[in-house]
Amino acid sequence: MARLEGAWKWGARVAVVLPFAALVFVVAVLALNAYPAVKVNGGGFFTGSAWKIGSTYAATTRTDGVAHPVGSSYGAWPLVAGTLQTSAIAVVIALPISIGCAFALTERLPRWVSRPLGFAIELLAGVPSVVLGLWGVLTFGPALSKTLYPFLADHLPHVPVLSFFTGTVGHGEGLLTGGFVLTLMIVPIITATTADLFRQVPALPKEGGEALGMTDFEVASKITLRWVRSGIIGAAVLGLGRALGETMALVLTVGAIFQLAPNVYSPMSTIAAAIATQLDSSLTDGTGFAVASIAELALVLAVISVLVNLAARWIVHRTSRLGGPVGRGA
Amino acid sequence: MPRARRRSVFTVLFRAGTVLALLLVLSPAVWLLAGVIGKAAPHWQWSVLWTNLQGENGGLLGPIVGTLVLMAGVLVLAGSVGVLAGIHLAELSRPNRRGRAGGTWLRMAADVLSGVPSIVLGYVGYVALVVGLHWDFSLLPALLVLSVMVVPYIAKATETALRQVPTSYREGAEALGMSMGHSMRRVVLKSAAPGIVTGLLIALAIAGGETAPLLFTAEFSSTVWTGSFVHAHGFGYLTYLVYQYWSYPSQHANYLSYDAGLILVAMVLLLLVGARVIVARTQRHTEYRGR
Repeated sequence: MARLEGAWKWGARVAVVLPFAALVFVVAVLALNAYPAVKVNGGGFFTGSAWKIGSTYAATTRTDGVAHPVGSSYGAWPLVAGTLQTSAIAVVIALPISIGCAFALTERLPRWVSRPLGFAIELLAGVPSVVLGLWGVLTFGPALSKTLYPFLADHLPHVPVLSFFTGTVGHGEGLLTGGFVLTLMIVPIITATTADLFRQVPALPKEGGEALGMTDFEVASKITLRWVRSGIIGAAVLGLGRALGETMALVLTVGAIFQLAPNVYSPMSTIAAAIATQLDSSLTDGTGFAVASIAELALVLAVISVLVNLAARWIVHRTSRLGGPVGRGA
Repeated sequence: MPRARRRSVFTVLFRAGTVLALLLVLSPAVWLLAGVIGKAAPHWQWSVLWTNLQGENGGLLGPIVGTLVLMAGVLVLAGSVGVLAGIHLAELSRPNRRGRAGGTWLRMAADVLSGVPSIVLGYVGYVALVVGLHWDFSLLPALLVLSVMVVPYIAKATETALRQVPTSYREGAEALGMSMGHSMRRVVLKSAAPGIVTGLLIALAIAGGETAPLLFTAEFSSTVWTGSFVHAHGFGYLTYLVYQYWSYPSQHANYLSYDAGLILVAMVLLLLVGARVIVARTQRHTEYRGR
């Protein structure tokens, strides 16, 4: 009996170290594999916009002692920009919607309505991203490209920012469709975290506000929202972390073409989508330099999303004791 | 506009806004569900569930078995590691000098790990396990990568569930002379069980619906799993069909892709509803209060 007791404690001691070990392993593998690519690609990796494996038939050449095919060039600027664009669209649309949903669920609707609705939103978070992607490319994107997109493209004026919304509409595979699908994926995360924060706002200040004759809009904006302000920023950054790392839904809906989107309807790609679509063709590079460049891409993505996630957790943790995870971080 | 008028306008706008926000989320969600069912239902045949997949023809037996095997493996591997890690974080790690809960660095490592995008984990699995250890595309590398992905989640759910068990339970068990192991098994874990099981079910739903890390660790195979963990030259699962077969020229392949999507959605919804039912049922009988 005593021996069994010791056994599970030792098991727990080993288990708790495993995530840390896995993290060290992941970072080490990425760094080791990306090193040759980092050395050769240098700063051009972030400024260049051509992603070419080079001639895999000709003789290989060497730069700084690293072998790679003649004519290879790795510039990830369109991918970095694409990742930021899709994520920005998703967060900017998702944040107000999520705050509205959280208010509706916690403050406005009776419990027998808000519970099933809240559960429905939770279910949305559980839909596999590849299924969302398939729906996005088969149903959602084409439908929007025939209705909403032409309307926007025809009616928005040619002023800075908004002119990005004019021009050819395409068939529904592109930046905006991807951004909308991402929005659907992060709304449940931001809504659940925000609703949790709202439930922690004590009733007394809200009742006091109402007793002073404040309308429910004034109570919401001047008391509830202000009480959890930084927590909501944390929730939005949590959603951002999820958006940055999302792969399958975007591979299917953004068209996965290596280019900086000329307008908001055009096909483009993100870092995560590029890793998924490029690994196969990278294997044709006998020198292994293409796979090393993918490692550099993976390293950049991991660093960005880990920093964003840590920042989010720090902000949420500072303002709330609960703030548990809703769905996977990224 | 007079002040009183402006205030009532804002109130109406606010109320309409919250309802509009709900509609903006729920209507695409309903559209999504209708779309998934609408694509698969017209040609649905129950025989896809038990017919072998042959290239672009046949049914989905192999991939369905593959996804179930992956989920079972994740339950065993990530489940045991995650629950044990959660127990350590909640019960065994000593409080630090300022009296806060211990294990800060290990918890932080798990948080960081859960922030690493799944496609990055898949790449590491490919380089280190599939190529590095010559395991080839097969079950074990896929299982390890999926487990690394969901262990932080299970650990967090377990820790949260354990922290919600009232201290008086532990004190009562100790007062009755129970050893720590005994009181953990019979008292603490028992009342934390609904929370832990919920965490496990959600982790299973995540594992079953994942695609990106599997592309580079399991690739694909249309045959039913033969029982090999490594050197398998590919391992089939449902999400791959959703990702690839919709764009194939053959109509039957497209149908298989839609069918796989419907089965996946049904599976995930079943798991999540199951998790919710467990919480609701136990809430009625015990003091445990879930989120």
